[in-house]
Amino acid sequence: MDNLSELFHGFTIAVTVPHLALMATGVLLGILVGVLPGLGAPNGVSLLLPLTFGMQPVSAIILLSSMYWGALFGGSVTSILFNIPGEPSSVATTFDGYPMARDGRPTTALATAFGSAAFGALMGVILITFLASWVAQVALAFGPAEYFAVYFLAFASFVGMGGAAPIKTVVALAIGFAIAAIGIDTVSGSVRLTMGIDELVKGVNFVVAVMGLFGIGELLVAVEEEFHARAVSSRIDWREVFRAVGHLPRHGVALLRSAAIGCWMGITPGGPTAASFMSYGIARRFSRRGRYFGTGEVEGIISPETADHAAGTSALLPMLSLGIPGSATAAVMMGGLMIWGLNPGPMLFVDQKDFVWGLIASMYVGNIVAVALVLLTVPVFAALMRIPFAVIAPLIVIICVVGAYSVSNSYLDVVMMLGFGVVGYLFKKLFYPLAPLVLAIVIGDKAEDAFRQSMLMSKGSLGIFFANKLVTCLVVAGIALLLLPLALQLFARIVRKPASARTTNQEKVSI
Amino acid sequence: MRGTSLFLLTVSAAVLAGSAPACAAWQPQKPIEFVATAGPGGGTDNLARAVQNVITKHKLTDQPIVVVNKGGGSGAEGYVYGKASAGDPYKVIFGTSNAWQQPLVSRVAFNYTDLTPIAAMAQDEFLLWVKQDAPYKTAGDYLKAAASGEFKMGGAQSKDTDEVLTRMIEKVGHVKLTYIPFKSGAEAAVQLAGGHIDSHVNNPSESLGQWRGGTQRPLCVFSPKRLPEGPKITATEGWSDVPTCVEQGLDIKQYEQPRTVWLPGKVTPEQAAYYVDLMKKVQATPEWKDYIEKTSQVDTFLTGAEFDKFIKQDLEHVKQVASEQGWLVK
Repeated sequence: MDNLSELFHGFTIAVTVPHLALMATGVLLGILVGVLPGLGAPNGVSLLLPLTFGMQPVSAIILLSSMYWGALFGGSVTSILFNIPGEPSSVATTFDGYPMARDGRPTTALATAFGSAAFGALMGVILITFLASWVAQVALAFGPAEYFAVYFLAFASFVGMGGAAPIKTVVALAIGFAIAAIGIDTVSGSVRLTMGIDELVKGVNFVVAVMGLFGIGELLVAVEEEFHARAVSSRIDWREVFRAVGHLPRHGVALLRSAAIGCWMGITPGGPTAASFMSYGIARRFSRRGRYFGTGEVEGIISPETADHAAGTSALLPMLSLGIPGSATAAVMMGGLMIWGLNPGPMLFVDQKDFVWGLIASMYVGNIVAVALVLLTVPVFAALMRIPFAVIAPLIVIICVVGAYSVSNSYLDVVMMLGFGVVGYLFKKLFYPLAPLVLAIVIGDKAEDAFRQSMLMSKGSLGIFFANKLVTCLVVAGIALLLLPLALQLFARIVRKPASARTTNQEKVSI
Repeated sequence: MRGTSLFLLTVSAAVLAGSAPACAAWQPQKPIEFVATAGPGGGTDNLARAVQNVITKHKLTDQPIVVVNKGGGSGAEGYVYGKASAGDPYKVIFGTSNAWQQPLVSRVAFNYTDLTPIAAMAQDEFLLWVKQDAPYKTAGDYLKAAASGEFKMGGAQSKDTDEVLTRMIEKVGHVKLTYIPFKSGAEAAVQLAGGHIDSHVNNPSESLGQWRGGTQRPLCVFSPKRLPEGPKITATEGWSDVPTCVEQGLDIKQYEQPRTVWLPGKVTPEQAAYYVDLMKKVQATPEWKDYIEKTSQVDTFLTGAEFDKFIKQDLEHVKQVASEQGWLVK
């Protein structure tokens, strides 16, 4: 229990008046940048970075990490209220969060999201506290083949998910892979699919794609359906906040499963995005109310949020112990570490005990501060839903245009964002699922790199994916997830032949 | 054509300068943008932010400076942006030798001649790294082992500095290596720590933490003489204890990564001169020395004809390796 005494020492550093004040400041700033799309956590942290140069490293990292927590929470707000995810990892939250908010329950949706996010984050920190040294070893076991297996698992859990026809999911994935391939290829170093547009060499930024697909796409659909803000009678009601949080333990299984998925994906550096998608996909498969997912299910919010925050938190560990930043924000923080004169790596835990354990203790306190602050703001955000559609719609367009432009001050991005808006609209109209498309845009190129690196290492033999226990387990689990729905369907047909007519009927409905 | 317009520009600038001798040298009149051709946290980004920090702290200009990251396409995004901003003296591009190497091997929409060279401000060294528990103690042992087995060499990007050096090692050491490109040197370092590759050629700052943490160690440095004395990294060794590769029988005398600074094309000589002078001032500060020492780089300052000569030499060298490997774009 060495770690425990270190942790208590950490608390004596983190729980001081100046540090608590820093946490509150950081969280509030974080919520602000999280809510304003186009800014986001990485930009917010890099804007704040120069201010920290004169600070003690512990104070600096507490400020920056609190801002990170705030931004993660803030990012869910726009996903739920306006269907505009600010971070890749909050895309999955829109699937059920937005329908629920539109259904007149924005308070419940927000409170549920924040409550489960806090739970996920706490599980992540607990994991870091007790398994710091072991966890670092797990990350080292991950070579290209293992990386590919993890991504494969994430894709596989989507294809057979059962929401849309599997073939449509595969088509959406394929389009996503093509978009992810635009730009410079890591393995060959050559330029691909830029179609004569020089600027496309940088590739398609995720934020640009998502703002169009979700924000603008949804808007177009709403305009067509003459969406009148369905008299969202969200009185500012505190009881609803507490009721939603109080209901969370009823979904204990979903919470624990999602936290486990999140922690696992955070350590094996699959990252929060893959974690939230996978958790959503698996919840949909195993939940009793799985078929209602996508219409505003509570577990459809809990699963991605819990996994996202569990992964986001536990991903800080590889950054500290190995110097692998799990996300863009972590990369900026790592730059900060170097400027403060600290070198991430295994020796940080030996040389800089105050720093490491002060940070870990601040994760506990910071997340509690963050969740208290965001829960207080829920009614305020929920009130936004009462603004009439005629006012909100142009605002969303402005937010999306400014957001897309600010990614890299490029006009082309704005045009692409609007183009993605049309694609999003068409996908909705033709009943193609958006989630696999986004997943492929975000991790498609990483999966490709990992696959080709593995092939280089094995000189073209697929045997590398069965070379050790770890990678074999991952690949077999992926294949099982891919084939499971097919097998179940076949099985069901053989067993109850007469019922087959009804099944096809049901399929049509779910599509 | 370009020569003519440059000449005309120079002449017109000279005429302008001559007609208004009382007018002071060019000074920036609005905020300056530092474009890092790398993502946040990378070596080029750190350089841009360090320079920004020094300028702001010492008030070397009255204008505010913002750092933006345009690291897409292995940095091509930033260079293309610089090319598109021709004539705009408020965009300063921070890069590496990528500026002239990348156009050789891939069909990117820029060349270094589209930019105005300001200076090479620091040189990053390359070392040969192996896993901590690897049996070989010297570069000679490594080459002997590599000749018999199938070694995997990791590195950042494809057909870039790391792979060029790998191919040079193959040629000089008479071995065959399988080169595995990763997104960054940091990623390659983690893969080496996990034993998924056999070696890499990272810069000192990319593997400093891992050396100190005892997961990997340097065999030799690709430099004509040993690195300058500094604080110890591990309990017993510091950078100056790493032998040169030539000492150990791997005959590659010098291989370095310059950190380069550029303006967009078609700026006036006065504007370029202003930035050369600004960078010189930056280099004279104690904060700069501190940055150089912390990142274990070599302090150099090449500008004007010297910088040109350096680019030409490096270009010839890379061209040779690239044509041997069949990388040149037609």
